[in-house]
Amino acid sequence: MMSAQGFGDLTLLLAIPVIGAALLLFLPRRQSCALFTVALLASAAAFLWSLKIFNRFDGGSGAMQLVERVAWMPAVGIQYLLGIDGISIFLVLLTTFLMPLALLASWSVRDKVKEYLIFMLLLETGMLGAFLALDLVLFYVFWEVMLVPMYFLIGVWGGTRRIYAALKFVLFTMAGSLLMLVAIIYLATRHAQMTQALTFDVMQLYELHLPVEQQFWLFLAFALSFAIKVPLFPFHTWLPDAHVEAPTAGSVILAGVLLKLGTYGFLRFALPLFPDAAIALMPYLIALSVIGIVYGALVAMMQTDIKKLVAYSSVSHLGFVMLGLCALNMQGVQGSLYQMLNHGLSTGALFLLVGMIYDRRHTRLISEFGGLWKQMPLFSALLLVVTFSSIGLPGLNGFVGEFLILLGAFRVTPAWTAVAASGVILGAVYMLWMFRRVIFGPLNNPENQKLQDLNSRELIILTPIIFLIVLMGVYPQPFLSRMQPAVEANLKRILAMPAAPAAVQIEVSGEPKNDGR
Amino acid sequence: MMSSDLLRWIPLIPLLASAINLFFGRAIGKRPAGALASAAVGASFALAFYVFWQLPASGVMRDLVYTWIQSGSFQINLSFQVDALTAVMLLIVTGIGLLIHIYSLGYMAHDADMVRFFVYLNLFIFFMLVLVMGDNLLLLFVGWEGVGLCSYLLIGFWYHDPNNAIAGNKAFIVNRIGDLGFILGIFILVAELARQGVWTLDFAELAKQVKLLSPATITLVTFLLFIGATGKSAQLPLFVWLPDAMAGPTPVSALIHAATMVTAGVYMTARLHFLFALAPATLALIAVVGAATAFFAATIALTQNDIKKVLAYSTVSQLGYMFLAVGMGAFGAAIFHVFTHAFFKACLFLGSGSVIHALGGEQDMRKMGGLKSHMPRTYWTYVVATLAIAGAPFTAGFFSKDLILWQTFSHGAIALWGVGLVTAGMTAFYMFRQLFMVFHGECRADEHAKAHLHESPAVMTWPLMILAAGSIFTGWLGAPEYLWGSRWDHWLEPIFGKVAHHGAVSTELLVTGLTLAVVAAGIYLAYLMYGKPGAQPASVPSGLLHKISLNKYYVDEIYDFALVRPFTLVAKFFASIVDPWVIDGAVNGVAATTRGLSTIWRGLQSGNVQHYAAMFVTGALALLAYYLGQLS
Repeated sequence: MMSAQGFGDLTLLLAIPVIGAALLLFLPRRQSCALFTVALLASAAAFLWSLKIFNRFDGGSGAMQLVERVAWMPAVGIQYLLGIDGISIFLVLLTTFLMPLALLASWSVRDKVKEYLIFMLLLETGMLGAFLALDLVLFYVFWEVMLVPMYFLIGVWGGTRRIYAALKFVLFTMAGSLLMLVAIIYLATRHAQMTQALTFDVMQLYELHLPVEQQFWLFLAFALSFAIKVPLFPFHTWLPDAHVEAPTAGSVILAGVLLKLGTYGFLRFALPLFPDAAIALMPYLIALSVIGIVYGALVAMMQTDIKKLVAYSSVSHLGFVMLGLCALNMQGVQGSLYQMLNHGLSTGALFLLVGMIYDRRHTRLISEFGGLWKQMPLFSALLLVVTFSSIGLPGLNGFVGEFLILLGAFRVTPAWTAVAASGVILGAVYMLWMFRRVIFGPLNNPENQKLQDLNSRELIILTPIIFLIVLMGVYPQPFLSRMQPAVEANLKRILAMPAAPAAVQIEVSGEPKNDGR
Repeated sequence: MMSSDLLRWIPLIPLLASAINLFFGRAIGKRPAGALASAAVGASFALAFYVFWQLPASGVMRDLVYTWIQSGSFQINLSFQVDALTAVMLLIVTGIGLLIHIYSLGYMAHDADMVRFFVYLNLFIFFMLVLVMGDNLLLLFVGWEGVGLCSYLLIGFWYHDPNNAIAGNKAFIVNRIGDLGFILGIFILVAELARQGVWTLDFAELAKQVKLLSPATITLVTFLLFIGATGKSAQLPLFVWLPDAMAGPTPVSALIHAATMVTAGVYMTARLHFLFALAPATLALIAVVGAATAFFAATIALTQNDIKKVLAYSTVSQLGYMFLAVGMGAFGAAIFHVFTHAFFKACLFLGSGSVIHALGGEQDMRKMGGLKSHMPRTYWTYVVATLAIAGAPFTAGFFSKDLILWQTFSHGAIALWGVGLVTAGMTAFYMFRQLFMVFHGECRADEHAKAHLHESPAVMTWPLMILAAGSIFTGWLGAPEYLWGSRWDHWLEPIFGKVAHHGAVSTELLVTGLTLAVVAAGIYLAYLMYGKPGAQPASVPSGLLHKISLNKYYVDEIYDFALVRPFTLVAKFFASIVDPWVIDGAVNGVAATTRGLSTIWRGLQSGNVQHYAAMFVTGALALLAYYLGQLS
């Protein structure tokens, strides 16, 4: 399954942004136009390269593909080990897709452009590495590496309370990840004791069957780290602060990609490595997810700052994603994976749109706006599409994910799912309130009467996202069918354990019915 | 079963026209864009008619486009079907929709945003077609939510008035509350069948597998689905959005009230009749809710002064009749009333639009009167439609409403029949009150409005005349057995089975006679109070009951006080107390504790090597002790 290869396509993907960042080092800092061009080209090249990888990717297989294995620290069994499957491929694509758009949206950055762009590119490599790494130590390295550029992006280019927000972001994340490091080392040691092979290769560690009591603590250490990233209620309070202070592109990447690393971590590491503990603790995770859905929505409803509203909506939406994972069946997990992409697109677009009016008015307070449709019809129409995508209107992407998640969860825990489904009403309430107060009504504020509608650069940023929002709602099969084998393999890993309770069943042999023509 | 690629074009053509107008409407120009939109619906209508014509006697036509969602064993196709029931709905949606489109060409001619209007209107037709053509419950739900979106957009069409936008929000959110029930119903259905190894939401397949479900499950599922219907079809307790939906341009009201949207709930129950028929408890509930809604809305309509509000509550009331029929298990009768109601209600709304148009936007009936001579075509079509909704003999409403009342009576639900009978009298009263206040007597409009009084252009009056004709003749399709018998029941027989006839003809005639007497009384009372020469239509009667009715039983205020406010308070409590102080406070507490501990920690880091060595040894011993303990 995993033929050992040297460096290959995946490494090149990781290298492209770094090369771009290195090139930027040699450019004079005055020429911001040239700097932007180089950074954009680098991120666009990474996107094209990821498309090529996607092209080579065999969507019918659930196995790890394009595996690259190079000994890194042989003495302690640490390897440079990358691979991609149907779970990570779309998250990689999401990352490379959003990054050029985020860079394009950074046009208004005037201060220390060079450093800004370098950090953005390094961040991209960090995120991609975390999605691709199959060695726990390598994963941990990328996981921590991401923190540094994000810290600076918030702390240097952020709003007025940027230092507080950046510190909070880093401390929260570090608090979780240190425990995870301890757990990683302990896990590898146990594996070495039992098999005489010291390795951090996650595919091998999957095979280790630890007693439930040990799994329990290890799972908690991993889960805490990931839960903070997601963020799962009640570990979410860093998120609104980070979002409000971060520059637009920072928010886009933070919400669009970084949060997904938390849910991805559950799916790739915490659940399959410690399945018995995960299943035992599932009721608590479900409860926290559902509380997060409702709580996030209620708090979002009362926000006066659009960006904060979107931040809390993320808490609610990621609650859905977690709930889907907790279902541990095909619909739930696949829906959850799909919803990660949807959230990346729709919330990414929301932050972009908010950034666009912030650039014009330098405020994000809902009360400052009203009646924008008259002045900015294009902006309003696009915001409308994104709003309804976020609400989960059938025909747009959000519905497919939400529906599958709720369906999967309902089969396992109907009562909690019914509560979670009420989040669908609440979602409509806060998003439509916001939309009405910003877009509808009379155009009274004189500041708004000379607003310019979207320019062509902004249209170029938003058009591909809108296109995907519609496409993924109308025709999700190309995505879902490629996810299915990998999700199936992963579910097998989690549920094939002897201790798995009978209550949780999956249909691993989910043969598609073939009716129709 | 026939397969035909043709079906997909019925919804697709309006969608394409909508997209073309969205992107190029500005370039095309207002009138051509409107013409394109109307032509698209016309093409859909032609196709629908062709399909209706081609439809095999007891057959179904299907068009599988592609697999929409597949996850594990769960699979949903984007697939359309037309059977006798859908064919009827298709003709209503595209036929009435076409007339409304044509009418709008005149009505919206002076609106700067006419292109946007037609984009929404076409999209509305598209989603409604998906709703009635989808061959599975999830596709129906797509249309269901889609018309919700379009009504949101159209109700808030004149967005610069904040009240319109609020009404749009209310419509969408109240509908979503119902939709929660709907989606939970779907989940139970899927989960229960999946537990037994069957994965489907296709109507045809569901009808076959329904025996796998326990009676309790069926009752629960139908109950939840009916909650969805109370939202979309404006029944108690979720009717509150529909009267506010008046905020949209009048053709939209006609579209929402007559041809689309509100009929969705009735259609859904009829589509799932094989499920509802097995849930007597749910049917009983539906009958009671239907009758109660019919009565309740009629009592509100008695006193309203806004021409469109009267019509809005009359819609709620008529929908109540339809659900009363559903509750009796008379699905054919319910759809028949959907069909006839579509004509006379569209005629009434478009007629009221013609009046509002002529008066420069005036909607208060107290400032109307005497318009008869100024707008004869509008008047005469309005008279016909009013007679139809009141249930005058040999109008469409007479046949369909009578059928429902007779079904109720012959099922032995005498109390519900009584409610329906009284409601029929009230309907006749408030509709004739409206007719007299608007068209008869002295003109009470101000001088400026009087000077501009005019009959609407032909593009608006022709649809009125067609609809008026329909308000009479469509009813003749469903005549009772003692006349020439029902073509209608025969047509729907493949779906709902043969309609059983209870009771003697003499009883049926007696019941009909009683209804007609009550209707006549209602009309006469309206004449006495509002139509007789010397009546004072604009005077305000006093009295508590009148006040309660005029203020719609304060339902909105009660909801606001009992639900919205407590709910907002909870949200506020979370947002301004819990999140910043409790949860974030705990975090900051940890931070403070850490700071405290670090003071101790700093003390330990003395820089003294001997201290370090001592601690190292202690630590090592502790570890050693731990592992030794593990070994033993």
